[in-house]
Amino acid sequence: MIKNVAELTAIRDTYANKIHFRKHDAGAEVSDGNIKKHVLICGGTGCTSSKSVQIKAKMEEAIKEAGIQDEVQVVLTGCFGLCALGPIVIVYPEGTFYSRIEIKDAETIVKEHLVGGNPVKSLLYSETVKGDEILSLNETAFYKKQKRVALRNCGVVDPECINEYIGTNGYMALAKVVTEMTPDEVINTILESGIRGRGGGGFPTGRKWMFAAAQPKGQKYVVCNGDEGDPGAFMDRSILEGDPHALIEAMTIAGYAIGANQGYVYVRAEYPIAVNRLQAAIDAARREGLLGKNIFGTDFEFDMQIRLGAGAFVCGEETALLTSIEGNRGEPRPRPPFPAVKGLFGKPTIINNVETYANIPQIILKGADWFKSMGTEKSKGTKVFALGGKITNTGLVEIPMGTTLREVVEEIGGGIPNGKKFKAAQTGGPSGGCIPASKYDVEIDYDNLIAQGSMMGSGGLIVMDEDTCMVDLAKFFLEFTVDESCGKCAPCRIGTVRLLEILTKITEGNGEMEDLDKLEELANYIKSASLCGLGQTAPNPVLSTLANFRDEYIAHIVDKKCPAGVCKNLFTYKIDLDKCMGCGLCAKQCPADAISRTDYVAEGHKLASMQIDASKCVKCGACLPSCKKFNAIYKG
Amino acid sequence: MKKKMTTVAFNGTAEQLAKLDELIAKHKGEKGALMPILQGAQGIYGYLPIEVQKHIALSMDVPLSEVYGVATFYSQFILNPKGEYAVAVCLGTACYVKGAGLLMDKLESLLGIKNGEISDDRKFSLDATRCIGACGLAPVLTVNEEVYGRLTPDMIKGILDKYNK
Amino acid sequence: MENMVNVKINNREYSVPANSTILEAARYAGIDIPTLCYLKDINEIGACRLCLVEVKGARGLCAACVYPVNEGMEIQTNTPAIRKARKTNLELVLSAHKKKCLTCVRSTSCELQKLCLEYGVDEDHFQGNNNEYPIDCSTASVIRDNEKCILCRRCVAACKNMQGIGVIGANDRGFDTHIASAFELKLGQTSCIGCGQCIVACPVGAIYERDDTQKVFDAISDPTKHVAICAAPSIRATLGECFGYEPGTDVEGKMVAALKALGFDGVYDMNLTADLTIMEEATEFLGRFKEGKNLPLITSCSPGWVKYCEHYFPEFTDNISSCKSPQQMFGAMYKTYYAQKVGLDPKDIVFVSAIPCTAKKFEVKRDFQNAAGVPDVDVAITTRELGRMIQQAGIDFKALKDEKFDDPFGIGSGAGVIFGATGGVMEAALRTAAEVIEGKELEKLEFDDVRGTEGIKKAIYKIGDVTVRVAVVSGTANAKKLLTAIKNGEEEYDFIEVMACPGGCVNGGGQPTQPAVVRNNVDLKALRASVLYTADKKMDLRKSHENSAVKMLYDEYFGAPNSHKAHEVLHTKYVKRGL
Repeated sequence: MIKNVAELTAIRDTYANKIHFRKHDAGAEVSDGNIKKHVLICGGTGCTSSKSVQIKAKMEEAIKEAGIQDEVQVVLTGCFGLCALGPIVIVYPEGTFYSRIEIKDAETIVKEHLVGGNPVKSLLYSETVKGDEILSLNETAFYKKQKRVALRNCGVVDPECINEYIGTNGYMALAKVVTEMTPDEVINTILESGIRGRGGGGFPTGRKWMFAAAQPKGQKYVVCNGDEGDPGAFMDRSILEGDPHALIEAMTIAGYAIGANQGYVYVRAEYPIAVNRLQAAIDAARREGLLGKNIFGTDFEFDMQIRLGAGAFVCGEETALLTSIEGNRGEPRPRPPFPAVKGLFGKPTIINNVETYANIPQIILKGADWFKSMGTEKSKGTKVFALGGKITNTGLVEIPMGTTLREVVEEIGGGIPNGKKFKAAQTGGPSGGCIPASKYDVEIDYDNLIAQGSMMGSGGLIVMDEDTCMVDLAKFFLEFTVDESCGKCAPCRIGTVRLLEILTKITEGNGEMEDLDKLEELANYIKSASLCGLGQTAPNPVLSTLANFRDEYIAHIVDKKCPAGVCKNLFTYKIDLDKCMGCGLCAKQCPADAISRTDYVAEGHKLASMQIDASKCVKCGACLPSCKKFNAIYKG
Repeated sequence: MKKKMTTVAFNGTAEQLAKLDELIAKHKGEKGALMPILQGAQGIYGYLPIEVQKHIALSMDVPLSEVYGVATFYSQFILNPKGEYAVAVCLGTACYVKGAGLLMDKLESLLGIKNGEISDDRKFSLDATRCIGACGLAPVLTVNEEVYGRLTPDMIKGILDKYNK
Repeated sequence: MENMVNVKINNREYSVPANSTILEAARYAGIDIPTLCYLKDINEIGACRLCLVEVKGARGLCAACVYPVNEGMEIQTNTPAIRKARKTNLELVLSAHKKKCLTCVRSTSCELQKLCLEYGVDEDHFQGNNNEYPIDCSTASVIRDNEKCILCRRCVAACKNMQGIGVIGANDRGFDTHIASAFELKLGQTSCIGCGQCIVACPVGAIYERDDTQKVFDAISDPTKHVAICAAPSIRATLGECFGYEPGTDVEGKMVAALKALGFDGVYDMNLTADLTIMEEATEFLGRFKEGKNLPLITSCSPGWVKYCEHYFPEFTDNISSCKSPQQMFGAMYKTYYAQKVGLDPKDIVFVSAIPCTAKKFEVKRDFQNAAGVPDVDVAITTRELGRMIQQAGIDFKALKDEKFDDPFGIGSGAGVIFGATGGVMEAALRTAAEVIEGKELEKLEFDDVRGTEGIKKAIYKIGDVTVRVAVVSGTANAKKLLTAIKNGEEEYDFIEVMACPGGCVNGGGQPTQPAVVRNNVDLKALRASVLYTADKKMDLRKSHENSAVKMLYDEYFGAPNSHKAHEVLHTKYVKRGL
């Protein structure tokens, strides 16, 4: 039970060293008592599904066998970010970065590295091996340009150990707030920092708080939106899994600022690890008196509980989320009244997303000026992005606002694999739009993305190369919004379906030029008329691909061709008779018996070439891999 | 998507009912408790049949239509239980031309249930799925995560036997 | 003085009440903004997006129905962009609507149809696939056709919020969202009370009453049948709306003329059996009051209420008066007493009631409602159906000359006529009870405390040396509140009047539909009720026990109120249905 700031400081001082030990860039010699090595294993969802928990067990077993259990601390942490290379193991104080570890590697690492003192080069992330030199992960291209604020503790602390969090100055911000600051001072700090909501719209966080604080005293609520639904986005999950106490601390600070004593965290039920760690963290905070009555010996009280989503993307919209917590169908309600005035159960409520909250304690501790020093004029601080699609380093990155798209993709993301060319990037998931190669140097911030017809969204960033059909992409996202539309308002419920039907018609080769006008007309209508953010942004993928890749639409409509070779009705598989060796492997793969032998034997070949009967072909593509060596099958 | 309703007879036990009542009592007086109660109820029964939803509606004094409205809004809630072994036949084009329809017929006759149904002992459920991208193995079916490819109807029995032990 | 704010609407300045929405402010300025989903105080969800307007400085378009005005707000309601948005909206709605407009029961009274005409909509601009839904005709009262539903949810709000029932709601999500009962049960399998408030809430033809007019036409043209009809108190106050009269016009004389022109063999006034009900019910009340048994006594005139009680408060069924409703009493009396008197075989009588109520269609089919061994009433037709019959028969309603009800059942008192408004039954009963108990004439006949359109009215009357605690509720949500309070021992009453529909029969589910623009701006309940109270005031006969026809019935047939004979013919039993 932590009763006052002095007790908190004492714990901080004990554990700060441990944390320091893992900051491999600390330079100076750091010791952690008898402990010589820290072995950090990623326990994020990605690495867990590739058996990181079992690797940890195996490693602990091997450590015991080697008799060095008193010298090595093994920690299951949150996500390191480079998910493409998981499972990841990092050994401190060196900061050596092991990637794609298997259970059988555990023993090797223990024997050779922990006991023998020699890092296992063959298991290291190749980017960290420069000849004989082994770089720490911070020196890799992936990490170098990142600036970790919201993710600062992910991959550093044990999320299930409250003391380790305290060791990172955790709960110091809360202590400062409740013992030294007035609610107004807190709100002013947040206002001044310029932080905007990380969940999508980018509304200034401080203003939300100000509005809610200005409401008459009485029951108010602090809500966290952890209903991260964009396909491929997992920023919030990583923070919940890797640094749950940061969220608890931030929400408690928010409660103090607006005069609320109750918080709700709405988390997707699909995030079991995050839910468990957050619940454990809430329990720990309660035990330590950091949640509950008389926090730090003051009159301030605050508690919180988790509510699970049940599979509805629209609940990421703030009013839908509130309706859902209230136990109803997650249908959005009109604004005004805004939640700050009339929110959860009709009471003044602030809603921020996980990443926004994760920034709050740092802003309090380091000041608004520190936060303002990062980012662009109107977008301060950093932003976490989930890189996905056709990019080498899929994973989680945190960059200062204003970093260019090119830097993110080419440097941090390691570029496009297989020598393909960057075609466009989709930000904001199904609510966003695509940014074409011509805008590769756009500085990423809220306003620039909106100017591009996209949006920040919660931070999904999907990279597309020349093999992506932009019409098909628009259709893909629209299928998603059609599935996830709540059905309450007519423009979204009916409009998105009609939009999708037109797109489908085009991708099937039945489009007419008038359809493009209809698409635009309908898309603009849905955008302006829908009840909530889901509907208002649902047409963005259509509008932005229409604006940037209109020629692809026209190719589908006029030439009845899909330039990227994606839309099945608009290409056929063909065999280059002169390249074909006549091995016949493709015919064996064909589920439709569409491939047969010709009587043409190409020059220098022994067997007659194969051919595809387009009338039988179902375009499943099963033949393609069988001809990888000769590359005789192509789309035409 | 429209939720599929079950064809299985309800066979809830007294023990399950006691758990459900305990769950409802735990949330008594809590605001917005319907969602956690439905989530808990699905944990107890594996799905949310009318009997369970009606019990919840009566206990919470809310109209059944409201409970059902919530249950059909969120994709996580299911009205039809999944079998211990969920058999899914791919009916994508490639599989279909390779006779996936015959596999389905065979499964229906061997399991004694129709597409979308579940066996009385809840051991097997049978569904058709869209293309799962294993066209080279057509026709395919999956049992939970396991994929079986290049199948003919006479191979079905052998596959089911594996799970019938 | 109300707080006012200054706003600009279409570049002109107005001062409007501070708490108004843009929709209300525009109305103030004489501008109608179209709506589909909005029903004042009942459904304020901003879902249909038809009422979008431009507000200077606001992001995107704003839904006028729920957007509050504030000082200095600048609103545009009629720009090209807005007209285009409304047109696109209607075209989208039409793309998902079963366009059987020529044969739709709501053709010409459909709110969607009217707007489509106004906005010059191309009904085929958007086309696409739609879900298929079966028509639900499982109840005696209400039919639902989801393929015509535009998901405005006015019916859901009427059922759940207004009536406190909620047998229908939104199921599934997105484009698959549809209004139905839980587990897609048919309405007939649920605890639907058939009140029909969903019908009058529906802007289109997705919910309508079961049409029984053909049965009536067939009977009239069958020479072997004696076909009689009695008209409920409230329909004289509303039938005119079917023919373009303003709400609140009394058309009793024309209605009688039209019924005669339709060819009924007897055209009677249900006010008579309203009076008869008072005789029976007041006697029943006095009996129970003396014994202190099964109190409070609760009225039984409203079949929607009776079914509600049987489903939702079965523990109160013994409190409901055993009196049949005036409709059923009429048929029962007609097929026993009158058949005997004029030598008709009850089997050859087709007794029809013209009522403001869809629940009555269920009532005629109930058990214990067949005094002569055949159903007391054969067909119950709503005001709307009657209107359609008159149109179909080619009767020029407006040109009709007033006529009078037929003898001997054409006499009704003022007490009978006010049955059609909430509080009317109570007032009628009090008039009789007071005079019977006190044995002297009342100085003032109006019981003002039980008048008015509020949902729950309470009063205490001293009659003779006893004190009677009465309550009057209309709308089943209000009944739920009151019964729950009684159940919890928080309140106690001796006599309660319950009408299932808010405002009573004048606002019944069988009354002519009025579009939202009327419902939102006119107090239909009060306006229609005023017809009844005015009629009462004008009459010489204003007390049930003074009705000479009632006296004749007792003298010639029933003997006395609550006699054995009266019980046989005029009383009934209830079922505990539960949920």
